[in-house]
Amino acid sequence: MPAVAETLETLKSTQEGGYKWGFHTDIEMEFAPKGLNEDIVRFISAKKNEPAWLLEWRLKAFAIWQKMEEPDWAAVNYPKIDYQDAFYYAAPKQKIAPKSLDEVDPELLRTYEKLGIPLREQERLQGIAVDAVFDSVSVATSYKERLGKEGVIFCSISEAVHNHPELVRQYLGSVVPQGDNYFAALNSAVFTDGSFVYIPKGVRCPMELSTYFRINAQNTGQFERTLIIAEAGSHVSYLEGCTAPQRDENQLHAAVVELVAMDDATIKYSTVQNWYPGDSEGRGGIYNFVTKRGACRGARSKISWTQVETGSAITWKYPSCILLGDDSVGEFYSVAVTNNRQQADTGTKMWHIGKNTRSTIVSKGISAGQGQNTYRGLVKISPKATGARNFTQCDSLLIGDQCGAHTVPYIENRCMSAKVEHEATTSRIAEDQLFYCRARGLNQEEAVGLIVNGFCREVLKELPMEFAVEAQKLLQISLEGSVG
Amino acid sequence: MLKIENLTAEIDGKQILKGITLEVPAGEVHAIMGPNGSGKSTLSYVLSGREGYEVTGGSATFNGQDILAMEPEDRAATGLFLAFQYPVELPGVGNANFMRTALNAIRRARGEAEVDAMQFLKLSRAKIKALQMSEDMLKRNVNVGFSGGEKKRNEVLQMALLEPKLAILDETDSGLDIDALKIVADGVNAMRGPGFSALVITHYQRLLDHITPDRVHVLMGGRIVKSGGPELAHALEAEGYAKVAA
Ligand SMILES: Nc1ncnc2c1ncn2[C@@H]1O[C@H](COP(=O)(O)OP(=O)(O)OP(=O)(O)O)[C@@H](O)[C@H]1O
Ligand SMILES: [Mg+2]
Repeated sequence: MPAVAETLETLKSTQEGGYKWGFHTDIEMEFAPKGLNEDIVRFISAKKNEPAWLLEWRLKAFAIWQKMEEPDWAAVNYPKIDYQDAFYYAAPKQKIAPKSLDEVDPELLRTYEKLGIPLREQERLQGIAVDAVFDSVSVATSYKERLGKEGVIFCSISEAVHNHPELVRQYLGSVVPQGDNYFAALNSAVFTDGSFVYIPKGVRCPMELSTYFRINAQNTGQFERTLIIAEAGSHVSYLEGCTAPQRDENQLHAAVVELVAMDDATIKYSTVQNWYPGDSEGRGGIYNFVTKRGACRGARSKISWTQVETGSAITWKYPSCILLGDDSVGEFYSVAVTNNRQQADTGTKMWHIGKNTRSTIVSKGISAGQGQNTYRGLVKISPKATGARNFTQCDSLLIGDQCGAHTVPYIENRCMSAKVEHEATTSRIAEDQLFYCRARGLNQEEAVGLIVNGFCREVLKELPMEFAVEAQKLLQISLEGSVG
Repeated sequence: MLKIENLTAEIDGKQILKGITLEVPAGEVHAIMGPNGSGKSTLSYVLSGREGYEVTGGSATFNGQDILAMEPEDRAATGLFLAFQYPVELPGVGNANFMRTALNAIRRARGEAEVDAMQFLKLSRAKIKALQMSEDMLKRNVNVGFSGGEKKRNEVLQMALLEPKLAILDETDSGLDIDALKIVADGVNAMRGPGFSALVITHYQRLLDHITPDRVHVLMGGRIVKSGGPELAHALEAEGYAKVAA
């Protein structure tokens, strides 16, 4: 489990401060030529030995993307991205695809150990299946056999394309179509890897599934694609963690995540996002422009998003739920931290279509330094969604007087019998709270950490236990030096 | 021993403490009484290092250490404890977690081993039992939704857990029912010993019926205007500040 090991690491590093995941791995890499055009799309597809239908699918996405305009409605500011000035494919050089961890380059294994994710130990000790994505490709998926016994498929999406083409073909783009938005179109054209999960009918996935994303190479975008399918009556909990080296230039991360839940299925998707946030002057950092969407297709299905977003220079994402099945449930629990010059525009979209669909949104935004934090949410209720209910709570916490918090809730209710509730608060860490903690022996940083964790409690308790501990420490680290 | 000499302090440029001199030898409990607004809480905040309370002159040492030069948390680590007149609410922060974090912060500063969640649970249960409180206290968020009396009891529980060398209790008796008053007093008395001293700020003799002070000081207008034995508190109760201080 990344969480456990990383927590220990993190604990050790709290004294030093700074971003401790910022190291770089020296390894021989293979790149696509710089820039983006149809040939690059073909190059990626060829590298991955993809079937013709997928290449066509990519090319269609690329054609759509070329006709699209980069959106500018989010409350974030960044210099124009030069899409020709980046690499769209970077992979550790390996002669043949590794069949087991023994064939993986030891330098890579060491990188993951350093990140607190010893892939081997993982396999033996922790009982949590991990897929690790390094730059553009997946390097290892552990526990494959154990999961296989239950009929669970957990592998890289490239592998799934080869081994389970019918599933990929049926579901890829079925929740987030190629032309959904600018970054989703870009991703559809050039996605390089990501995770694939399939839980058969009635199966409760016997362990937490986890993917660890790592951007290493310079000037490389990361475009991963994740697809999770939960058949009727199944259950899965999936976690993702992210880090990147410390660099002066910005790097683009534009992922797409699609979830499909059939009748009575439950998908719990948790993210701890800690991409490099840039330095205190705002140099460098990841642009995290991500499309995440889940479709509750079946009756009584449930999709629950939990995210703790502490990293990235800019975060722009709205994990959403399409509540198609009657009595289906969508949840969104979010903590977003912006410190120094970080900007976050995040929230969710809950689209109620089926009868008696329910959604809960709990958003906790924390702004410090000159950070800007926007909650943007849409609750949309269709005329047929009788008895639909939504509860939204948005709380903002300000630390210092140079940061900002903004709440932009949209409600489109076209059903008389639906109920929508919205609550919002903005507060500051009070001087008396800090003093009370310090008078009890906590230093300033610990006091802030404790108060912030208290503020986020409703969200943190949704995370799997080990992740919650990691997230708490991460919150404290990302707010270091923000008070006093 | 706590030694305060000619201490002056101001808030927002307004002088509140106008030269306080006071000694509390190790093992002694002193009471401070005085009218509303005389500077009792100000003194307690100055001693524990609250921001905005500016020391303009004089000194305060605890066992020879200049406490005024220290951060609040370092004062706590050397054994200073303030039971707040108005305990602060910390939404979402579990009381047990808060107290364990505090205990471990102090233990760490003293070079002692930290206690884990299980050890803490055992320790806190014992203290709660001794103070005849309910274990519910541990599960709730720090002071959130606590009644006035529960907040005060929670302060005493924290004191019992952190085992300070010098405790300042700022009107910890206010708002307590008769039984709770006795429990709180027992809590303080249980800590009495050569390694513990206390400054008990109160308006009422009834607390001092349970905690017999070694000395009583009267604070008025930012100065100690009179000091005496326990009988001074009785005189105050009978005759009022104006007459006694005159
Ligand atoms: N933040 C502040 N700004 C301005 N004046 C203040 C502030 N805090 C306290 N004071 C003033 O300082 C004086 C002393 O206040 P303090 O709280 O120390 O009194 P006290 O003796 O504890 O009174 P009580 O018995 O009512 O608790 C009062 O006149 C009060 O109004
Ligand atoms: Mg007072």
